[in-house]
Amino acid sequence: MRYSVFSLLANALNGQKGWVPAWREAAPKPAYDVIIVGGGGHGLATAYYLAKVHGIRNVAVLEKGVIGSGNAGRNTTIIRSNYLLPGNEPFYEWSMKLWEGLEQELNYNAMVSQRGILNLFHSDAQRDAYARRGNAMRLAGVDSALLDKAQVRAMYPFLDFDNARFPIQGGLLQARAGTARHDAVVWGYARAADRLGVDIVQNCEVTGFIREGDAIVGVETTRGPVRAGKVGVAVAGSSSRVAAMAGLRLPIESHVLQAFVSEGLKPLVDGVITFGAGHFYISQSDKGGLVFGGDIDGYNSYAQRGNLPVIEDVCEGGMALMPRIGRLRLLRHWGGIMDMSMDGSPIIDRTPVPGLYLNAGWCYGGFKATPASGWCFAHLLAKGAPHETAGAFRLDRFRTGHLIDEKGVGAQPNLH
Amino acid sequence: MRIPCPYCGERDAHEFATLGDATLTRPDPAAADADAQFHDYVYLRDNPAGAHEEWWYHANGCRQWLRVARDTRTHAISGAVAARATEQASGEPA
Amino acid sequence: MSAPNRNRLTSGGLIDRAKSLGFSFDGTSYQGYEGDTLASALLANGVRLVGRSFKYHRPRGIVAAGAEEPNALVELRSGARREPNTRATVTELYDGLVASSQNRWPSLAFDALSLNRFLSPFLGAGFYYKTFMWPAAFWEKLYEPIIRRAAGLGRAAEEADPDHYEKATAFCDLLVIGAGPAGLMAALTAARSGARVILADEDFLPGGGLNAEAGDIDRRPAPAFAAHVVAELTSLPNVRVMRRTTVFGVYDSGTYGALERVSDHLPEPLPFQPRQRLWRLIARRAVLAAGATERPIVFGGNDRPGVMLAGAVGTYVQRHAVLPGQKIALFANNDGAWREMLAAQAAGAPVETIIDVRAEVAPALVAAARAEGLRVLTGAQVIATAGKTLTGLTVATPSGTERIAADTLAVSGGWSPAVHLTCHHGGKPMWDAGLAAFVPGTCPPGLSVAGAARGIFGLGACLKDGAAMGAEAAEALGFTVPAPDVPEVADAAFALTPFWHVEGSKGPAFVDLQNDVTAKDVGIAHKEGFRSVELLKRYTTLGMATDQGRTSNVTGLAIMASLTGASIPETGTTIFRPPYTPVSLGALAGHHRGKDFRPVRLTPTHEWARAQGAVFIETGAWLRAQYFPRKGEKDWLETVSREVTAVRASVGLIDVSTFGKIDLQGADVGAFLDRVYINGFAGLAVGKARYGVMLREDGMVMDDGTTARLSPEHYVMTTTTANAAKVFQHLEFCLQVLWPELDVALSSVSEQWAQIALAGPRARDVLARVADGDVSNAALPFMGAIECTVMGGVKARLFRLSFSGELGYEIAVPARHGAALAAALMQAGEEFGITPYGIEALGVMRIEKGHVSGNELSGQTTAGDLGFGRMASTKKDYIGRVMAARPGLTDPERPCFVGFRPVDRSRRLRAGAHFLKLGAAPTLANDQGYMTSVAYSPHLRHWIGLGLIKRGPERLGERVRAYDPVRGEEIEVEICAPGFIDPEGVRLRG
Repeated sequence: MRYSVFSLLANALNGQKGWVPAWREAAPKPAYDVIIVGGGGHGLATAYYLAKVHGIRNVAVLEKGVIGSGNAGRNTTIIRSNYLLPGNEPFYEWSMKLWEGLEQELNYNAMVSQRGILNLFHSDAQRDAYARRGNAMRLAGVDSALLDKAQVRAMYPFLDFDNARFPIQGGLLQARAGTARHDAVVWGYARAADRLGVDIVQNCEVTGFIREGDAIVGVETTRGPVRAGKVGVAVAGSSSRVAAMAGLRLPIESHVLQAFVSEGLKPLVDGVITFGAGHFYISQSDKGGLVFGGDIDGYNSYAQRGNLPVIEDVCEGGMALMPRIGRLRLLRHWGGIMDMSMDGSPIIDRTPVPGLYLNAGWCYGGFKATPASGWCFAHLLAKGAPHETAGAFRLDRFRTGHLIDEKGVGAQPNLH
Repeated sequence: MRIPCPYCGERDAHEFATLGDATLTRPDPAAADADAQFHDYVYLRDNPAGAHEEWWYHANGCRQWLRVARDTRTHAISGAVAARATEQASGEPA
Repeated sequence: MSAPNRNRLTSGGLIDRAKSLGFSFDGTSYQGYEGDTLASALLANGVRLVGRSFKYHRPRGIVAAGAEEPNALVELRSGARREPNTRATVTELYDGLVASSQNRWPSLAFDALSLNRFLSPFLGAGFYYKTFMWPAAFWEKLYEPIIRRAAGLGRAAEEADPDHYEKATAFCDLLVIGAGPAGLMAALTAARSGARVILADEDFLPGGGLNAEAGDIDRRPAPAFAAHVVAELTSLPNVRVMRRTTVFGVYDSGTYGALERVSDHLPEPLPFQPRQRLWRLIARRAVLAAGATERPIVFGGNDRPGVMLAGAVGTYVQRHAVLPGQKIALFANNDGAWREMLAAQAAGAPVETIIDVRAEVAPALVAAARAEGLRVLTGAQVIATAGKTLTGLTVATPSGTERIAADTLAVSGGWSPAVHLTCHHGGKPMWDAGLAAFVPGTCPPGLSVAGAARGIFGLGACLKDGAAMGAEAAEALGFTVPAPDVPEVADAAFALTPFWHVEGSKGPAFVDLQNDVTAKDVGIAHKEGFRSVELLKRYTTLGMATDQGRTSNVTGLAIMASLTGASIPETGTTIFRPPYTPVSLGALAGHHRGKDFRPVRLTPTHEWARAQGAVFIETGAWLRAQYFPRKGEKDWLETVSREVTAVRASVGLIDVSTFGKIDLQGADVGAFLDRVYINGFAGLAVGKARYGVMLREDGMVMDDGTTARLSPEHYVMTTTTANAAKVFQHLEFCLQVLWPELDVALSSVSEQWAQIALAGPRARDVLARVADGDVSNAALPFMGAIECTVMGGVKARLFRLSFSGELGYEIAVPARHGAALAAALMQAGEEFGITPYGIEALGVMRIEKGHVSGNELSGQTTAGDLGFGRMASTKKDYIGRVMAARPGLTDPERPCFVGFRPVDRSRRLRAGAHFLKLGAAPTLANDQGYMTSVAYSPHLRHWIGLGLIKRGPERLGERVRAYDPVRGEEIEVEICAPGFIDPEGVRLRG
């Protein structure tokens, strides 16, 4: 069924009787050309592009629970391509380009909303660092603008300009950045992949790998063995656990990142704002909730929940930036498990194990990467070589020293 | 999360800084394959879901590095000893 | 003004009729009493329409009497104190309260967007995912702005929150959450054992359900019994009773988050009082006694104002002496709701009809109802409602359909234990088929559950269970618990037949009232495959509103289960995320806002610098003197240039106390330093200082600074201001973890020593007048470091170092003498025109001299990049040595550190500009590096820069473009060596 005003009209008139499942409830077949482990945004996007771009349709996405129930459904929905380093920027810009056409591509309104991201700076050194970044973006053909204090005030007059501990001096704006409705991205890819023949198998946990010699030729699951020509793993948060089943240790630690939403409000914050003098960023969903977050808690965790010190720290940042939000209320907070890589950048690469491909290490930035991650992982799986925009995301870069360390904090995941 | 500091008593984790896996040993820099060993030491982690030995530094307290036993699934902390205590103990004959 | 309190009973209730409180709602004034909530006072005044729904803007009334309220959300207060989405049902009435309805335009009675109801067939679950896609550009421009304006509930205040918030921490043996029957008994039992108990209750009146209970306990009315227990608890020294305090979250290691509403029952906080206080309660054990939430039955027209939860009707009658209506009917599936209505009727409520879905109801109960003159319809269902606010019902009975007049319909579909906090560590509630309810599953460690919160629904049983759980917790902590003293209350049998949804009823049947999710929406989700609870919630938004689905989750699950044919537990489990009820952001932030967002660190000479007219700047936590403007100077550049010129011509001083200072003592300090610096320190002579560079273990530069050897076993290290804490932590790690065998003791002495840099050709002349001993070139040569006294006996350390490139000293004295030292230096230098300078001038001079600083120590640079390659010792191992040898870190194409000057000397340079070869297109592939630091050099009279460019040192003299499109600039620059002044170092050795 194609979604349109007409499908809504038809169902309005027939008592909503005509809707059909957005994707089939597939049971695993004995074998596929490609298995994608992990039914999050990245895994589903990979399956979609394998089918759409490369014509590989005998594909299964195996999901331990329900699709989109991991980080795809737990993030703060920001999309942007305002990266500094040449290893990152072209990839995230490719992702942004895919976002820009995503809804028409998928026939699903993922509410991709380009209302801009503004990174505030509070010192000359921060300004220069953002100028460096903004110029790097321009070199990569990406929009960026360095705003002064007056321009920031014109955009967001309610920020604390006059009584701040760290006064706002300006900001780096990427106008094409924004947000997207995270669940809709998952469902849109799932529905589109399903329509191309991909099997989306929920409640199917991978418990081991089937090997022939060194090579991996399939997976053991809670719903039986499934064989495959290639196995791609896209399980950020649990990458180390899955890789361990293949005998691999990864340059990754799992950390908890908390996220927050307020009660629903009339429009208050138009775009995305990040605070430069503390760990805080905020946007407002179309439904009206303020969606915000800050830094990771900093300790290894698989618990999907954090603790009060970071909750307080985030709200302190919020109040320092926007003192009018004091009487608004936190509605829910939760945690997601981040694949914190050792240089803060992701991995899309073959592994030393033949037949096993890895998509991992997204830190807290995986959501925005969803389309390009899927595109590039599909390219790798189909062609056996990295896509041109993801060529730096190699697993051996830690050995060779070709690191992609945006923050310059080194091999300490909890600082990225 | 509260960490039982052997010097200061039980304190909230926000007084501490953490550095992750405490089971790693700095390799011998003179080894023939020192570069490979250092790669593993600096970058690779077991990252277990479950029992985890990790370093916590009591930055706003006694400034001791502690080896803390904590479960990464539940955050339950089963103990903490000062790094120096264990390092010296491990150097002594049993 | 309408008739005051026209729906108020003349006696009874826990209100003080002597204390009349005036308030207004949507501009109309009303009267209530002390003891009222806003909701009870509105009902007492006959106000039934209180809000508009989220999506369809349907008129809505008060549904509940507690935190589960989905409809009665108001904007409380006004101006800077406006609090949107405030639940009227938990808002304590105060004199002068002002509230307004929200999400309506132009008025509550006539809301233009209520036209949405005609569109409702198009606006089913997930409609927005299926449209608004054409054309693509219309989303941000047209569709989304309309959706955003229509969505949302209340409006945020438009000014900064004027109130204060506090944070506090308390410790206890046992935390009891909820002061209802189970909580009171748990607290009392544990308290009598001597355990330190905190009893926290969200209400302003402890007692929970006891405050709405009609019967007696222990020969006292139930509310009096509650008050009696609270009085005993309050009298005990080991007990803290916290009213108006909601425990909202369970965190790790027995940490509970709680919000105390200190002043929310007042027009504004009293002087020096916070509005709210965030508590971190650290408890060895906790008993959750949060009670249970009644849930409705879903039927067509169930959202009409006047349809309420049965328990809420009972609460308003018993506790507030308010009649929610004049013709009350009940629609239920359980005995408890009957008893609630009979009690209400006994208290004076005009209950007329009982409609029960069950064909069979206990004959005694039916007889009791009929004896009170009630009409009883069993095997009956409400299938429609009528009226703008409720005026009548259509009821299907076994004998046909009939219309019944009613202005209030009390509804009860059973009870859901308040298991919220038990889920906060990932525990999943379990389905109890007998209760038709989810009961607690695995609880967070140390938390047990008592009473209705674990599905024990009788009052007598709750009292007993509370005492038992309190005793169990206290005993587990090692206390000897006296035999609990539990009053006997006879409980009636729990009788309930699960029933969720009146199928085929007329009109929209709402499951989630606040998010406007109907039973039909659940049907759409089912058809489209969004069947598991996670997908159902996300697709329909069921349970995602501010009430977290307290009254809707289970019914939604049940309706989905009936569609799929699966059981409720197979369909899913309702889990709850913290906080239990929404918590104000101001409370979570506490005092950390405005200027108090973060602490301020002041240098020892701060007041002195202020007296000199300094302009201060934030550098991390520090406030440092940026420059010292003088009258007549037209801008900061003129001031800074004057300061630089003065230093280079004569002498100046600056406070450098912000540098990290680390004291190292022991036999192995030299060996230790050799392992953490790339260059050697073991051979450093006593009385000398050396510049050092340290790496991270991954081979990148971590920090730089000078370290001096004061005696054979005593060194002092300085670090950069920014990295002081990081370096100290790193050194402690190296020492305690990597090399505990080394005899080294570290101590951070950054705060203990004030340090002032004195620079310029006359620096020695000034120093000689302040120092007590010999500071000649022979006694204190370049890079010398000595301990001595200054100002006639003040202990001091002198280091002959230079960041500026001039003859320079750093003078360290105990911090309390810092300001005196500054003053003494000023006096001593008066005849040389000594000039205080700020960090801008310091920055200019270090750029002129070509020193690296924070902008170059970005964590992305190697020692080789920064020109320190030859400093690195090849004779020893040090942190970072092995990894620094990787090809990616030794690639000759890496950008390296050099200087830059504009080809057109009149042009200004900008840090952050990228370098491109002349004629090269501005692409990422052509990126050559970037400008790290720039300054206007008054010495050279043009702008100069430092930066990193590919193969920089090999390209001196080459011209490249400095490309800065974000500032609209692009200029030609020439690569040069990084030292712009005195590259041979003659001045500093002078």
